[in-house]
Amino acid sequence: MSSIEQAVADAHRREWAYVLAATVRVTRDLDAAEEAVQDAYVQALRTWARDGVPARPGAWLTTVARRVALNALRRRQTLEAKLPLLLEPAAAEPAEDGGIPDDRLRLVFTCCHPALAAEAQVALTLRLVCGVPTADIARAFLVAEPTMAARITRAKKKIATARIRYAVPAPNELPERVDAVLTVIHLLYATGHTAGSGDTLQRDELTGRALDLARLLHALLPAEREVAGLLALLLVHHARRDTRTGTDGRLLRLAEQDRSRWDGALIAESDQLIVAALRAGPPGRFTLQAAIAALHAQAPSYAETDWPQIRTLYDELLRIWPSPVVALNRAVAVSMVDGPQAGLDEIDALERDGRLAGYRYLPATKAELLHRLGRDSEAVVAYQAALALADNATEHEFLTERLRSATDSAQPGTRVP
Amino acid sequence: MPQYAVLIYERVPPEELPAEVMRAHEQLPSRIAELGGREVAGMGLAPDSTATSIRGGVVTDGPFIETKEVLAGVFVIEARDLDHALALAKLTPIADGGVEVRPLVGFEVTESG
Repeated sequence: MSSIEQAVADAHRREWAYVLAATVRVTRDLDAAEEAVQDAYVQALRTWARDGVPARPGAWLTTVARRVALNALRRRQTLEAKLPLLLEPAAAEPAEDGGIPDDRLRLVFTCCHPALAAEAQVALTLRLVCGVPTADIARAFLVAEPTMAARITRAKKKIATARIRYAVPAPNELPERVDAVLTVIHLLYATGHTAGSGDTLQRDELTGRALDLARLLHALLPAEREVAGLLALLLVHHARRDTRTGTDGRLLRLAEQDRSRWDGALIAESDQLIVAALRAGPPGRFTLQAAIAALHAQAPSYAETDWPQIRTLYDELLRIWPSPVVALNRAVAVSMVDGPQAGLDEIDALERDGRLAGYRYLPATKAELLHRLGRDSEAVVAYQAALALADNATEHEFLTERLRSATDSAQPGTRVP
Repeated sequence: MPQYAVLIYERVPPEELPAEVMRAHEQLPSRIAELGGREVAGMGLAPDSTATSIRGGVVTDGPFIETKEVLAGVFVIEARDLDHALALAKLTPIADGGVEVRPLVGFEVTESG
């Protein structure tokens, strides 16, 4: 890649959202804005090669994209009457970069509007906020490109037809709407972190984009504690990303991972965010999850982890977010504090509850605890149940090996069918 | 202002709706007006046991689509945007069900006299 191509690629990654958000203000139409912005990046390749990279690439691209959009609008004005996006009155808005206001938050909140399906929110955010090509989004979510294109088109159409505002929500709506945005970013990271199926455990492109988004949102909404909490959570996950699998691609448990290879700088950055968020007020679900992850990241070993503190944090998390997945994770912490039987009791209660039926981590966790209790023939049954639910090749391999180990330990005469 | 249809789906047959739900329906237009919207038209439907459907010219007894939550009423509101329309629709008195909000296609329903 030439240095100019690299500069344009960098500007694409860093400035796309800013340029598109500012251009939407001119076009009041998402498709028209996208076309104009793409055109601006093509022009950048040519012009920057001739004149050099401008001092402020974002401002340059925005000026060009808006000019392209205005020309296109003039040509089309008489031909079609579109449904314009609903813009707030533009009065008294803080202007940056030569009079162009920073509209990235409008773009983010529009893409993550709760009236759109969750999968559409994720796709729109990748397409419009991150500028990821539709083909790449389709590949990341394992659907055909036309399917993904149709999903994005349908969502854009709903935004215009149902009149979803291109706006930052009012202060009284902000916490709920911020939570919706954080959910999208977290889902994006989780999808990249543990691919639901396929051969690679991580899809770096997705996790990287999710981290970019979390950083962007934190920069735009520095006072929102849960945004800091999510960023901290993703940073801790990211710090451990290289140690989650062994050299042979095998999935490693937390206890087996090489802690010396965890990224100390990311963990320290995350810790600062968590401390500041906890000082500022009662923690939300992302801050609590980050605090739990950070305790793991700072422990010298699995056994020396501050399990009582982790259980206390899970108690609080379960109180504000009564999800069965949280209860399952809490059961592991309980087993580390009060022994495997106590954890198993919690899991039995969760099994009876039934909401986690089909969730592969429930039988996998149960199997681990049974194995620790020496009840290996029961562990074998639970591992088999987990295997039947796992569709990621790496996880499949991991569970198969755990099953083998439990089978070896089981009473003589116990046979795996 | 743009118009939205609010479709009311109820599990409870209309004749069994609690008195407080019926009273709340009477107050709905003024509550919507308080939030800066307007109820343009509203209609309640008789129970689905009274429905007759025609599909491909064939007449049958019953609603067009059998569902647990039956379409019980429709009203049309004016709202600034979807968020406003959703805030107004949340005022709908419901016994055991919910509402669906749909933008109307480019024509305006006028109040019948």
